[in-house]
Amino acid sequence: MKNLETSAIKTWCPGCGNFGIINALSEAILETEEKIGRENFVLVTGIGCHGKIADYLNITSLYALHGRGIAVATGIKIANPKLKVIVCVGDGDAYDEGMEHLIHAAKRDIPITVLVHNNRVFALTTGQATATSPVGFKGKSTPEGSKERPINPLKLMWAAGAGFIARGYAGKPDHLTFLIKKAIFYPGFAFVDILQPCVAFFNTYEFYNQKTYVLPKTPQDKEVLEKIEEWNYEDGEGKIPLGIFYER
Amino acid sequence: MEEFSILIGGEAGQGSRKAGLLLGKILLEWGWQVFIYDDYQSLVRGGHNFSLIRASQKKSLAVDFSLDLLLALDKKTVELHRQKLKEKGILVYSTSKISDVREGLGLPLEKWVKEAGGVSLMENVALVGAAAKILGISWEVVEKVIKEEFGKETEEKNLKVAYLAFGSCKTLLKIPKLKAGRQILLTGNEAISLGLIKAGMNTYFAYPMTPTSGILHFLAEKQKEAGLKVYQLESEIGVVNAALGAGFAGSRAAVGTSGGGFALTTEGLSFAAQAEIPLLIVEGQRTAPATGVPTYTAQSDLFFTLYAGHGDFLRFLIAPGDAQEAAFWAGEALNLAWEYQTPAILLVDKQICESTFTVEEAIFSKIKSRKLVLANNDGEYLRYKNTSSGISPLAFPGEKGKVVKVNGYEHDERGLTVEDAEQVKKMQEKRLRKFQKMKEVVEKLPAVNIGGKKNSQTALVVWGSVKGVGLEVAERRGLKLIQPVVFQPFPEKQMKKALEGVKKVIVAENNALGQLAEILPKYGVKVNSKILKYDGRPFWLKELDEKLGNIGN
Repeated sequence: MKNLETSAIKTWCPGCGNFGIINALSEAILETEEKIGRENFVLVTGIGCHGKIADYLNITSLYALHGRGIAVATGIKIANPKLKVIVCVGDGDAYDEGMEHLIHAAKRDIPITVLVHNNRVFALTTGQATATSPVGFKGKSTPEGSKERPINPLKLMWAAGAGFIARGYAGKPDHLTFLIKKAIFYPGFAFVDILQPCVAFFNTYEFYNQKTYVLPKTPQDKEVLEKIEEWNYEDGEGKIPLGIFYER
Repeated sequence: MEEFSILIGGEAGQGSRKAGLLLGKILLEWGWQVFIYDDYQSLVRGGHNFSLIRASQKKSLAVDFSLDLLLALDKKTVELHRQKLKEKGILVYSTSKISDVREGLGLPLEKWVKEAGGVSLMENVALVGAAAKILGISWEVVEKVIKEEFGKETEEKNLKVAYLAFGSCKTLLKIPKLKAGRQILLTGNEAISLGLIKAGMNTYFAYPMTPTSGILHFLAEKQKEAGLKVYQLESEIGVVNAALGAGFAGSRAAVGTSGGGFALTTEGLSFAAQAEIPLLIVEGQRTAPATGVPTYTAQSDLFFTLYAGHGDFLRFLIAPGDAQEAAFWAGEALNLAWEYQTPAILLVDKQICESTFTVEEAIFSKIKSRKLVLANNDGEYLRYKNTSSGISPLAFPGEKGKVVKVNGYEHDERGLTVEDAEQVKKMQEKRLRKFQKMKEVVEKLPAVNIGGKKNSQTALVVWGSVKGVGLEVAERRGLKLIQPVVFQPFPEKQMKKALEGVKKVIVAENNALGQLAEILPKYGVKVNSKILKYDGRPFWLKELDEKLGNIGN
């Protein structure tokens, strides 16, 4: 993995879920670069803790504005369809400020790979609720607990017509590598929501370690929504399925 | 006859604009210089639309309501405009829509359309055929223009309709045939599109918004032939960011919008400056604030486009004065954006975008490509190499052996994020050196136009679309006309030269705050008086002339 690193010093908290994601993404790039060509990878990031991955990976990258990674990636892919465009965005980035771009990229079926580092909290701004924070989430802007229900991003992507919908977990990097590789080779718009514990502001390791399980196989079309709704990003519900929910 | 004016009007949906364009093209073929002002409302059916055509022997870029011919498809046109006819002016109207008008020439347009087996919309073409005969233009010219303007399916019926109308009328106002040059009729939007294509634009992104939607439509139609990619995206925010992505990937990208859409574009503008991505933005002003009066004109975004975007940076801000200038500067601005790896804004308005102008074809060959600073293969590629000019060599994704890191955070030469004081200062100074180069190049371009009586001590200073009317009035009154075209970096030397010998400065502009008059003192220009118009309409010739008369020479 050494040869994908830059000289930048990683400033993520020890134990941050982003380490699992950068390892899985690096592995996926190294395992696929023979076919794709290192120079053809383009990493686009938004703003948030996740975005620092642009500084840490020694591949061509564009460190975009908050919420705009997917829009930038759309332009890159339109301009040069030969490039393999991977977009790392945060939940604040994709489900709050930049949601219009996510929905339209899925609708447009623009062939990019979207990896959402979903820690369900604004971490770099020191802990406020995002669109996927659960009801009752106590952040700096919601000291009484959030009263809003979270968005289920997989359901949103299903409604928007995404052709590839998956969920991974930063605590299961091998499975995540598998998902990212699948997404990279998917010929259309590919979406992977990645559950990412934030040790500083929303430590969900134990919760996810207990609740997540890997889907034995991709559900039949008529079962997709049911599987997507098995967990609605709330606390205290049943199990959390991981894997590919839908592949058109 | 030196010049004449024709107004053709009707409800939205009756095709008065198309009729105006057909008549304009016929007059151009007949050797006349043509300018068409289109007035329409933000609705699809009903209301009142009109095209005002000024045909002249000498180029003109402005209109007046002193009509030689009034062509009415509906009654409202007669009611609203009959008093603008000159003493010997002629009113021509459709008898199917208007029965109680006593003056003028009533024509059975509906009957001719039926005889030709056409649909009622074709009354507009019947009126054009009739007008051509009234003006004494030969049938061959009418035939040629109709064949050019209509597709195979409707060409035959339209020709038939026009022929019946043409054959049923008499020549009442004969205009001579003149010798035509190599000229074409273009709207500002079409001229901008062609200028961008000439400068090698590869991608165009937009969200529909008057008055620049015409660029989107024209380019979408042309994309295959011109090898372009044209996309309508989810919002102006999506548009500007996609254009940034395209520019990063090495594709010459442009976007088009109006003030409201430009408001959403501004975070991307700031990003383009910081990340040093070439980007061209066309901003077509309309009557604002907010939704304003969407299909009418204004020049009220000069402050906005000058200062938009957070942070310390310069952009090229260029405001051409007519379609011909817009064609040239659209191409030049795209080339400048690429040479200096920076955003450029082409500031136009509804009056330029949607009016129709006589454009000399030769203008497009004046758009010359500029040399790009490209990276070689020596050592590690540094996207933000700290050069003496401040311009860092370009490389694009997909180039073997090069890692291209572009960053909206402050960054080091490689493009990695930095926060330490020394590097932050160093990179800002790299960009400052580039801004200095931008200032130098502006002084080498025709950044300030001068016209009228060049040794007059009184100068009429105008910008953008007021150039047309300003030039004509300045010539008439013996004033010097000064038209700054580039606003950032401001061509201080050229402006100073233009003002040599001038003792009195009168500024005329289409806004309420006097935005040009407000910024000129910053460059040492004393403004003596202002003439402002802010009702959504351009200055009419007589109106500006009279207002200048009140101020005196």
